[in-house]
Amino acid sequence: MPTSIQTTGRTSWRPYWRILVAGFRRQSTYRLAALGGLIANTTFGLLKVAILFATVRAAGGDLNGYDIGTISAYIWISQGLLGSVNLNGRSDIATRIKDGGIVVDFLRPLSVQAASVATEVGQSIFALIPRGLPTVSIGVLVVGMNVPSAASGYLLGALSLLLGIVVSATTVYLVAAAGFWLVETRGLQILYMVVSGFFAGLFVPIDLFPNALRIVAECTPFPSMLMYPVDVLSGRVVGMDALGLVGLQVLWLVLTALAGHLMTRAGRRKLEVQGG
Amino acid sequence: MSTDTAIIETRELGRDFKVRDGVRRRTLTAVDDLSVCVGAGEAVGYIGANGAGKSTTIKMLCGILVPTRGSVTTCGLRPVADRRELARQVGVVFGQRTQLWWDLPVRESFTILAAIHGLGRTAETARTEELVDRLELAEFLGTPVRQLSLGQRMRAEVAAALLHSPRLVILDEPTIGLDVLSKQRLREFLVAERTVHGTTLLLTTHDMGDVERLCDRILLVDRGRLVWDGTLAGLSRTVGAQRVLVVDLAASTPDLVDVPSTQHLGSEGGGLRQRLAFDPDTTTAAKVLAAVSERVEVLDLAVEEPDVEDVVRRVYAARR
Repeated sequence: MPTSIQTTGRTSWRPYWRILVAGFRRQSTYRLAALGGLIANTTFGLLKVAILFATVRAAGGDLNGYDIGTISAYIWISQGLLGSVNLNGRSDIATRIKDGGIVVDFLRPLSVQAASVATEVGQSIFALIPRGLPTVSIGVLVVGMNVPSAASGYLLGALSLLLGIVVSATTVYLVAAAGFWLVETRGLQILYMVVSGFFAGLFVPIDLFPNALRIVAECTPFPSMLMYPVDVLSGRVVGMDALGLVGLQVLWLVLTALAGHLMTRAGRRKLEVQGG
Repeated sequence: MSTDTAIIETRELGRDFKVRDGVRRRTLTAVDDLSVCVGAGEAVGYIGANGAGKSTTIKMLCGILVPTRGSVTTCGLRPVADRRELARQVGVVFGQRTQLWWDLPVRESFTILAAIHGLGRTAETARTEELVDRLELAEFLGTPVRQLSLGQRMRAEVAAALLHSPRLVILDEPTIGLDVLSKQRLREFLVAERTVHGTTLLLTTHDMGDVERLCDRILLVDRGRLVWDGTLAGLSRTVGAQRVLVVDLAASTPDLVDVPSTQHLGSEGGGLRQRLAFDPDTTTAAKVLAAVSERVEVLDLAVEEPDVEDVVRRVYAARR
């Protein structure tokens, strides 16, 4: 019998946690890119301040429930989350499915989907440090914005933020997994990029959408990525309503994760490893 | 080393691909009717021309590709259905792909992989130390993977694939692009790993040196089908694959056509450089060199191995 090393428990969170940490560490090596992202986020934040502040003032200081304080919180928190919530549809695993690097993922005793999501989430969490926190700080210190009044608001806000990050990773995974059939998913990724920002409420809060459009948005996972975390973090939605939003996020997490699982299972049979 | 347990067993294994040929789609058979049994502790060279179906076979053995026909068992498991369980028992190096974390120090890839395979702290430390020592990784453990030379990276790749002490190690072109010294180190390591742990080796290569120094059995495939299963010596004998001694001589010399057990292939520079083919089963490079030295002073020499392509070409030619 060959010598074999004793392994500890079979189904364990440890590998995924370690992969998440690796994603975090990996992202930490791209400092200049993070600085570039921060500058872009801040610039667009100031642009949005100019446009949306003017709109709120033109509406007499109250635009569908938004005043200057809440619209400012919306702007700076959403800009801050841009580095962490994947609204561009790109992922490493999509590239690996296309170029055949995916073989390495299948050679590990892990769920390919969970490992990919863990990596993306780790990278996203790191991005909060150089991009998320500074952007929001600029909002609080330079422009001024609403913040939750109770500690519970911050706690629920943090949970909602984390869920937003994870939902964006599980949804982007679906774009990548379509590559099992399509191989080239760039078209789908661009469609995702166009649709996601709009329905996630990046340009305008979805509460300011015409009613029909708002309903369409709510039938997609996109508000769970950005709009709901912003609403909970800024304290615009509180109490049971806030819990309701977090519940919706959990629902979308389950749905997108399940879809990704089924797509991976079916897609494996279609996989034709590209190159070598 | 016991060879009674089958580590790899395929029966009439086949895989087709649909390929687009202009507007039409046609079926390409990458692997066909492959029936092979590899026992524990064997070292097998899996050779064939580009596109012969080697990588496709490997991917089916690991559960990455789903076979179109036939059956395959690896380490007693069904590769597709039991992929994750199998991944704990198999280590694979794809020479063209990396399984290391590109942006992070080499050391970190090992700790991540140890967590992925659920190694305990003691096992992790012992195995990492063993691999670092035997593959000489210590000097660049702290270097990000993307800054490694190819030779360093391949050694790190091999360590990464073997960290969990797999029973079966599959190497797809492990020495591609490596310099002579790096190849040598890697081969020595693989020989030692096999001796110490009884690991089963399966490797695809275009490098005859790999096959000669590492494998005691050859599987040769031609257009997806197995055409030779046996020893390298047997294969070379069958196809008459020869080595070539190239000698640089001190003086212009008439063609050395009558050196015993050799065949004169050609001369350059008015007979200053001559090429003599010989069969390693009937004579040795040393004997040929001695015979040449008796007639003329030899300044320099080189021995050319028959490359796998050459052997393959001969087998293929003989089959047609």
